[in-house]
Amino acid sequence: MSILIDRNTRVMTQGITGKTGAFHTRLCRDYANGGACFVAGVNPHKAGENFEGIPIYATPAEAKAQTGATVSVIYVPPPFAAAAINDAVDADLDLVICITEGIPVRDMIATRHRMRGKKTLLIGPNCPGVITPDQIKIGIMPGHIHKQGRIGVVSRSGTLTYEAVGQLMELGLGQSTCVGIGGDPVNGLKHVDVMRLFNEDPQTDAVIMVGEIGGDDEETCARWIKAYMKKPVVGFIAGVTAPPGKRMGHAGAIISGGKGTATEKLEVMEECGIKVTRNPAEMAKLLKSVL
Amino acid sequence: MNIHEYQGKELLRRYGVATPRGVPCFSVAEADAAARELGGKVWVVKAQIHAGGRGKGGGVKVAKSLEQVHEFASQILGMTLVTHQTGPEGRLVRRLLIEEGADIAKELYVGMVVDRSTQRVTLMASSEGGMEIEEVAAHSPEKIFKVAVDPSLGLTDSQADDAARKIGVPEASIPQARSFMSALYRAFVDCDAALAEINPLIITGSGEVLALDAKINFDSNALFRHPEIVALRDLDEEDPAEVEASKFDLSYISLGGNIGCLVNGAGLAMATMDTIKLFGAEPANFLDVGGGATTQKVTEAFKLMLKNPAVKGILVNIFGGIMRCDTIAEGVIAAAKQVNLNVPLVVRMKGTNEELGRAALKASGLPIISADNMADAAQKIVAAVAGK
Repeated sequence: MSILIDRNTRVMTQGITGKTGAFHTRLCRDYANGGACFVAGVNPHKAGENFEGIPIYATPAEAKAQTGATVSVIYVPPPFAAAAINDAVDADLDLVICITEGIPVRDMIATRHRMRGKKTLLIGPNCPGVITPDQIKIGIMPGHIHKQGRIGVVSRSGTLTYEAVGQLMELGLGQSTCVGIGGDPVNGLKHVDVMRLFNEDPQTDAVIMVGEIGGDDEETCARWIKAYMKKPVVGFIAGVTAPPGKRMGHAGAIISGGKGTATEKLEVMEECGIKVTRNPAEMAKLLKSVL
Repeated sequence: MNIHEYQGKELLRRYGVATPRGVPCFSVAEADAAARELGGKVWVVKAQIHAGGRGKGGGVKVAKSLEQVHEFASQILGMTLVTHQTGPEGRLVRRLLIEEGADIAKELYVGMVVDRSTQRVTLMASSEGGMEIEEVAAHSPEKIFKVAVDPSLGLTDSQADDAARKIGVPEASIPQARSFMSALYRAFVDCDAALAEINPLIITGSGEVLALDAKINFDSNALFRHPEIVALRDLDEEDPAEVEASKFDLSYISLGGNIGCLVNGAGLAMATMDTIKLFGAEPANFLDVGGGATTQKVTEAFKLMLKNPAVKGILVNIFGGIMRCDTIAEGVIAAAKQVNLNVPLVVRMKGTNEELGRAALKASGLPIISADNMADAAQKIVAAVAGK
């Protein structure tokens, strides 16, 4: 077990022929069971062709019908990425992982509105993706830094997720699944949604939750953890030194109207019984202490 | 991206948002001419800078004669305006807005933002016009009325009327307030705004509904489809280092400390800044070189950091994933040589080929201090800068 994806997941890549899509599809295919997992590509102009043996279809619906793929990963450029998510939702896929960075917020508002009542889950956009180590990786994270184990990781930031994983590995702790939910203000799954899944996953013993300034997703998740979580969770929030009103790289990482500061988030997490560290070099050490 | 008040008002007028008549001016002579052209007996001389609190700082004055317009325009144009949003160094005033005076019966507030939790554009309205909305939110949140807009319907008439009534718009002015808010919503969505604030929105003695101020901020991810908005960008209002960084696709933000940081990834960059602070120093900047940390990008990043005279040391923190550490090390070495580095440099690299990367740094003969982890790196640079 694991959450969201495993070795039996069948994936289509939307934007498989673009530079980024091609590069990362190769790396994903070559990782663990990827050769069996990555079964289709989508490009409306190249239907009928193939990408290094992976057949290309015009739409996600067609790719699903022909290959049985139920998950999609999107590398389509920002102006067209929201429409690509819509196509995947219309095909009733189980899960869409959108890597694309820089999608206009207005497009995401419309897409999220369209997704109401649909079964498709969305991860991202502007995220590294999801990996269940030694089984499957879908996204741009370096596969080889991970190994299979029992710690869940959920984070808004890519490299900070890798940092957490790197620390876990130094302590000999493998991961059940690592989920990068992305750094945009309007996105799919939130910390709390991923935490729910980890709570129900028998292969996950504990979770590292990494957050950053902006919004109140971490607070929402902390309150949920206090009420329902059966497993230990430790946390770190990036951006204690971030000044208000400045967008710190990620579109969603901005303190606006005095809300969304790191200190505020850390306080709420502590109140909810989550062990937090203010030293990002000690995320895994802290986790090990609660096992 | 931000624009000036006068640009915001011009944009809003195109959507049917009512504002006082006004003319942007770049000289006192233009201000004189503008006041004559506008006519009337009262004018407002307004400094145009990308920061709030202009009135309190002396950047907004009401003139009751053409002579006074001349006097105030001379005072304000070229002054360094200090407000709570400019920082102590203030901002040079290069542009003015000369506007006809308005007969203010009531000052209200209307704003729009993208609310992350509802994932909708949200209208915020308050009877407390003229005050900072953050203060109202902190002290009397019950005075802020919020409406989440269904993107498929837009702001409905009943939502607009309800909001107008809740904030005390007189019954006779409700139809005007309704069309004002609908126009504001259309402008917000059409132009891909991230924030729009009308503070104050006024009701005049004769019942008109006018935007007395306009602050609009745009979603930078959507600028590709708005060349007309990009054309409004005023580089004088932006940090030169941040403008320079954007040319090289680097995400850079100036901060007050003396330790420059160069990191890949926004989250890790923030975490690195936090670690510096944790060990008693302050970061000089936020700098995310992104996924593809090429030699050219790293070199430009070094140049940028070193342009800041406050920088007394540099911390490089890279998690090499797809990008290998030895490649990154080559970039750091090339950059350090090219910029004639004369401050301590601590490098922490983790991930693919980290041993090769460290060996390359060592073999370069440059005085680079290697660190094992983020905390070690921060401690080392803080100590080096302190001269220990």
